[in-house]
Amino acid sequence: MNLLEIKNLKMDFGKNAEALRAIDDVSFTIGTGETVCLVGESGCGKTVTALSIARLVPTPPANYVGGEILLNGRDTLKMSVRELQQIRGGVVSYVFQDPGASLNPVFRIGNQIKESLKLHKPEKANDAEVIRLLKLVGIPAPESRIKNYPFEMSGGMQQRVMIAMALASEPKLLVADEPTTALDVTIQAQILDLLSELKQRLGMAILLITHNLGIVGDMADRVAVMYAGQIVELSPARELLRRPLHPYTRALMNSVPKLRGDADRLSAIPGNVPRIGNFPPGCRFAPRCPIARPECSEKIPELLEVEPGRFVRCPYAKELNIN
Amino acid sequence: MENSAPISITESQKPLSPWRLFWLRLKRRRIAMLGGVILIFLYSVMLFAGFVAPYTYSRQDRDRFFHPPIWPRPSGFHIVVPRYEQLPGDFVYREVPNDTKPLHFFVRGDQYKLFGLIPATVHLFGSDDNYPLYLLGTDQFGRDVFSRLLYGSEISLSIGVVGILLSFALGMIIGGISGYFSGVTDTVIMRFCELIMSIPALYLIISLRATFPPDMSSSQVYAMIVVILSFIGWASMARVIRGMTLSLREQQFVLAARSLGQSNFKIIVRHILPNTLSYVIVAATLSVPYYILGEVVLSFLGVGIQEPQASWGNMLTAAEDIQYLQNYPWLLAPSAAIFVTVLAFNFLGDGLRDAADTKSL
Repeated sequence: MNLLEIKNLKMDFGKNAEALRAIDDVSFTIGTGETVCLVGESGCGKTVTALSIARLVPTPPANYVGGEILLNGRDTLKMSVRELQQIRGGVVSYVFQDPGASLNPVFRIGNQIKESLKLHKPEKANDAEVIRLLKLVGIPAPESRIKNYPFEMSGGMQQRVMIAMALASEPKLLVADEPTTALDVTIQAQILDLLSELKQRLGMAILLITHNLGIVGDMADRVAVMYAGQIVELSPARELLRRPLHPYTRALMNSVPKLRGDADRLSAIPGNVPRIGNFPPGCRFAPRCPIARPECSEKIPELLEVEPGRFVRCPYAKELNIN
Repeated sequence: MENSAPISITESQKPLSPWRLFWLRLKRRRIAMLGGVILIFLYSVMLFAGFVAPYTYSRQDRDRFFHPPIWPRPSGFHIVVPRYEQLPGDFVYREVPNDTKPLHFFVRGDQYKLFGLIPATVHLFGSDDNYPLYLLGTDQFGRDVFSRLLYGSEISLSIGVVGILLSFALGMIIGGISGYFSGVTDTVIMRFCELIMSIPALYLIISLRATFPPDMSSSQVYAMIVVILSFIGWASMARVIRGMTLSLREQQFVLAARSLGQSNFKIIVRHILPNTLSYVIVAATLSVPYYILGEVVLSFLGVGIQEPQASWGNMLTAAEDIQYLQNYPWLLAPSAAIFVTVLAFNFLGDGLRDAADTKSL
């Protein structure tokens, strides 16, 4: 059984006539101890999908209209508030983008970590355990650090504290929502190394949200590429990076500046991301797609398994592949 | 601001904690510190009112109504209290020359209860029975105004703090709930707040007073005043806290707390409200005078603290007669006490507000 199984998830913001479909028919799985990356542009639905796992998107305005989110075989969409509070932090923990904003500015970090222990491991809510966690995430001199306020720490240190809080209850799944975006490159590498190391040591699965394809190559076992609320490609990471199938994935990878090469302009995908509620009919990438055909704009393509383990939402991906 | 000596950071290696910075900024505001010192003095005297007051609040001297203030003066190595004799006519007194008795410290006198619990008879100072010590004179019943002022402070000064605690606790929790949940909850709570705020406070106070029975013990009256004033006062606090919560709940640390499985109520109490504290402390300091004056108004109107119990408000009732005011101006002593207290709270509150503003240095 997979640790997490999202099946045909559909979520709207707003109701009835004003409903805007933010997540449209998203399905993917995460196995125990697996790292899955969710990749896509801003506003494509990565974050709301990830937050939906523990039902962290407030309803209303969000409105789940279909699908299931099976965590350990139980549907979180059907859970009571109390059960959700058990799941949150207990089975699935989150690490967010901006560590400075994720920590409460008016409390010492030791107390904040202790609070997450109190929620899920009340018997271990003591300084010794806090220090152990801080050591685990590689904070030097944790004994003196527990008395620090968040503003007394650097961004990298703050993110380590957030990870320590997330790990306090030994979750099965760690959702990291762009954990390194607010950090500079060297600290980024350190945090990612820390995550891989902790994953090895604690055997937890990671859902990593990013728009950085470099990170995908380092971390991911499998990748889901999202565009305009849909998954357009789902594939083992290595194969996706070597041989992307969906035109959007290809365009995305072409936009990454290369170390060598003589192009003096960055190559960009023409056009803009369609706004939510204003999606084109048929394939949502069609207006920007270099290989689009007239029939692309008629019917939304299915997510098809074109090779074992590789799913693509484009009927012409195969042909493209041959070219 | 008025003085701009830079805060030296070199003295400590560590960055300063927010409270320490707050204190450093506050310390440089002289007037605020003055207000703080006055308040500390007033409240410590309040705690030891029975000990400092030479008499109890209800002790009557039937020979000396409307006695003018008697001031001890130094004479050789002693401080002596002069004796007054009454002249024929309407409460006219004259000092008897060369007839004094020394002032004693830690003398036994009327029995009182220290902190309302420990029975005691020792007073800070006192003198012989025939040489009474009325620092601020006596009132129309021959009671010592100074002693009554001190006993009155037990009520008038504490009512502000207790009232603030109650109304701000209410306002913070209700405002926090309103802002955090928003939607229908928010609308209902906010319209109710506006309803309360739209009624003129004085009418509301008096009509609320009418809902309580007229014969109540003084501690019941005290509790009633606190409840009435808090019932009116929480609404404006709730409105501001609601506004702050609306912005705080969008902060990522709230999402982080939810993602760890924290319950909504605990997020409000433990994460959102502490972030409003710097505002709340300032607002509380600036609102204490409102409660003190509220008690004064109620007692002045005769629906508050009842005689013979002393409060600054009901002591002023004696001073409402213009005849009295002309002839016995010492009856106005409570108004001076109110004036000093209110001013001190405002000075301190202004300083706290400047110090809480992180943009000022």
